[in-house]
Amino acid sequence: MNSSVIIFPGSNCDRDMDVALKKFGFKNKMVWHDDNKLPKSDLIVLPGGFSYGDYLRCGSIAGKSKIIQSVIDFANSGGLVLGICNGFQILTETGLLKGVLQQNKNIEFICKNIFVKINNNKNKFFENINKDVLELHIAHNEGNYFCTEDELKSLEDNNQIAAYYCNSDGEIDEKSNPNGAIKNIAGIFNEKKNILGMMPHPERMIDQSLSGEDGSIFFENLLKNLK
Amino acid sequence: MKVKVIVTLKSGVLDPQGKAIQQTLNGMGFANVKEVRQGKYFDINIDESDEQKAKLSVEEICKKLLANQVIEDFKII
Repeated sequence: MNSSVIIFPGSNCDRDMDVALKKFGFKNKMVWHDDNKLPKSDLIVLPGGFSYGDYLRCGSIAGKSKIIQSVIDFANSGGLVLGICNGFQILTETGLLKGVLQQNKNIEFICKNIFVKINNNKNKFFENINKDVLELHIAHNEGNYFCTEDELKSLEDNNQIAAYYCNSDGEIDEKSNPNGAIKNIAGIFNEKKNILGMMPHPERMIDQSLSGEDGSIFFENLLKNLK
Repeated sequence: MKVKVIVTLKSGVLDPQGKAIQQTLNGMGFANVKEVRQGKYFDINIDESDEQKAKLSVEEICKKLLANQVIEDFKII
C-alpha cells in the first residue's frame, strides 16, 4: 500500500509518521507542500506540527498551500485522508471536515497520554479493530473541538464522530476531557468516512519500550483494511 | 489604499485568553472590568483606488482567509 505524508514548513511529526507507516508495511513517500501533484497513494497523511508557525489560525495558511487542492481532489474522489493534530486543524480549515479546533480551555499546552473510545468502526480506519479504547498521546495548544449546534447534530446523526476522550475504562466523562472539546470529541470523519481528523497521535504509540503500542494496533489494522 | 479589518470571536464562543486578561485586570485592581474579548486587527494596503472595489476585495479576503466564520466575525472599518 502506498502512502504519502505532506510536509509543511513547521511540520514536526512528519518523520514520526513516516517511521510508523513504514514499520507497518506502507510504502511511504514524503511530499513537499509546494508540489502540485501527489504520487499515487492509497492514503494521504497530514502530519502534526506547527505549520507556518500557527500564524493567523492553526492550519489556516497550510490550508491554502499549493498541494492542498490535490489533497482536496483526492479526498473528494473517495481517497483516504488522515489528519493528525495540526493535520486535523488543516482539514477543518480547508472545509473538508466540519468545525474548528480552538485554544484549549485551560490555555495550557497539553502533552500527555490520554484514552479515546472509538465511536464508529464502520469505516476503513477502524473496521475490525480489536480494541475500542486506545491509549494515545496528545500534544497541542489548540485541540478544543468546537462546532455549531446544527453541525454537532449532523455529525451525530451521520455517525461522524470518530472518537471521544474517555477514561481507561472507556467511560466518556468530563474529567477525561483534556482540552474542553465539545462532547469530549477527539476526532471526526467527513460524511463519507474517508477523511479522519483527530488530535491524538497514534504514531507516537508504536513502541512498547518508548511509549505504548495502541498506535500499532491502529496502523496494523489500517493496513489490513486497505489490502 | 489602506483597508482596516477587525476579526473578533462570535458572541458566545469561549475566549480563554480574554477571560485570563479580564481576571488579571481584576487582580490588578481594575475591579470594574466585567469582560474582555480578544480579537485581531489587520492593516491591509491594497492596490486599488476605488474604495468600493477595495472593500469588496477585502471582504472576499476575510471570508477566504482572515476569518474562520465558524467562530469569528469580521468588520471592515
